[in-house]
Amino acid sequence: MSELHELSLTEQLTGLAAGEFSATELTRHYLSRIERLDPALNSYITVCQDTALAAAAEQDALRAVGHAGPLAGIPIAHKDIFCTQGIRTSAGSRMLDNFIPPYSATVVEKLTAAGAVVLGKTNMDEFAMGSSNENSFYGAVKNPWSPDCVPGGSSGGSAATVAARLCTVATGTDTGGSIRQPAAFCGITGIKPTYGRVSRWGIIAYASSLDQAGAMGRSAEDAAHLLEAMAGFDERDSTSVMDAGPDFTSLLTADISGKKIGICRTYFNAGLNPAVEAAVMSAAKQLEALGATLVDVELTMADHAIPAYYIIAPAEASANLSRYDGVRFGHRCDNPADIDDLYKRSRAEGFGKEVKSRIMVGSFALSAGYYDAYYRKAQQIRRLIKEDFLQAFQQVDYILGPTTPGPAFAIGEMVDDQVAMYLQDIYTIAVNLAGLPAISIPAGFTGGLPIGMQLIGRHLDEAGLLNIAHRYQQVTDWHRQGPALEQEANHD
Amino acid sequence: MKVDHEVIQTVAELSQLKIDPADLENYAQGMTQVLDLAGRMQAIDTQGVAPMSNPLDATQRLRPDVVTETNQREAFQAIAPETEDGLYLVPRVVE
Repeated sequence: MSELHELSLTEQLTGLAAGEFSATELTRHYLSRIERLDPALNSYITVCQDTALAAAAEQDALRAVGHAGPLAGIPIAHKDIFCTQGIRTSAGSRMLDNFIPPYSATVVEKLTAAGAVVLGKTNMDEFAMGSSNENSFYGAVKNPWSPDCVPGGSSGGSAATVAARLCTVATGTDTGGSIRQPAAFCGITGIKPTYGRVSRWGIIAYASSLDQAGAMGRSAEDAAHLLEAMAGFDERDSTSVMDAGPDFTSLLTADISGKKIGICRTYFNAGLNPAVEAAVMSAAKQLEALGATLVDVELTMADHAIPAYYIIAPAEASANLSRYDGVRFGHRCDNPADIDDLYKRSRAEGFGKEVKSRIMVGSFALSAGYYDAYYRKAQQIRRLIKEDFLQAFQQVDYILGPTTPGPAFAIGEMVDDQVAMYLQDIYTIAVNLAGLPAISIPAGFTGGLPIGMQLIGRHLDEAGLLNIAHRYQQVTDWHRQGPALEQEANHD
Repeated sequence: MKVDHEVIQTVAELSQLKIDPADLENYAQGMTQVLDLAGRMQAIDTQGVAPMSNPLDATQRLRPDVVTETNQREAFQAIAPETEDGLYLVPRVVE
């Protein structure tokens, strides 16, 4: 038998059901890997050793009496943006360094009810604002494939920990690419579902009309199992989509013959790394060999998503983050002179630079005299972007392209150039503005770093995306590659 | 548009943020770049386009007006910086 951490989620479920190993053994195995390997990666902010072992023991006991849930005993990690009752939830910010939520997010409750064992909370860009995980109060995360490179962001810790086999699957959130871009940089599979598919209740808000939680795993099959347990209508989220019992697993192996996959030429522009372009085009040919039809498709609004996003997201953030005032929870400054001083200094000390920048851009875009020129304009463009996609989806079933312009960049390379960092999200952001589902799938390597490709689908067609991704992964092995971690080599 | 120190001071006030005078220039340059990026939107004709705030154009769902949550004041105040007799403490507001 392979090492436990090399087994897929479904293989682990089979092994647990057959009694080849227990949830407690599996959890201990991962905890010992985290202890040994994570100091070099920094993918976890909090490791929940005691509660994880207690949860694993409970799952073993439940399984013994025939009450195993769909994810019984599977070790998972939550991005540190999902509220976990009794476990510090920081959102990567000094502001919430002392925040222990009195309740759990719907996603956390659902996964715990499904039997998943929470190993810990993963590192992230502060309040999910970033594309490199360098904006974390808890320090940058290293890319498991190269310690000099970023893992992407904002769900960088979740992507790195899955790639390094420090958990089986992980949750993430995606507001402008925060699941798909780190999945691409770390060589894993990450799906951002349709807006409203997964409950936002208990997720620390960044930009509420764009935020969506999703699943990160090594394969589409693993991600499908995780997403199935996370998704579904929740009356506590006012934007939750009414859809009973989403099924993302039964169609995984379906034939993809006749599916029309759109190739958008605009995506293959001068800014795209040639190795990434070659990998995506090669993947397109493989999908064609599996029976899909490739169709050229035009997206005329593709270039306008970034300007609109960097108004809409900061505007929503400026409102969402107004709750952090140092009064009811979170960081409070020492010796405030008066109430204004308490608010202003608590916020100045609690938030990092990127967060403060975005709050101020948002306040500006919503302020009298600028609202129409910036915020309203961005919301109009948002509609044109969505209509552009809907038009394309009259001709094709899916749109294929790169997830990112290039592979992971070096730590520190872009920290002084805010706009260059924003342009990293060029292929992912439009999807959030339109509320569509999309998946990033490993599609090759360049210079030892993974390449990701993105497949975008119609609203609520996550099952179709996972089906195509799974069929592609049955004929390729990019997703099976793992990084050679230095300490691991020394250990063996 | 070029953002000057005065604009930063105004939006910092709107945002309830204390900004160190030494950082004003850095924030001004950053916001200038972001607004230049956003300025590209002006090239697009959006006449007659309805602004979109929800990607599924969903409207607010209503629910029956019944109590669904119980009061958990003690649990919520347990994580507050400073409380007394069930109240949150802040510096004196009215002299």
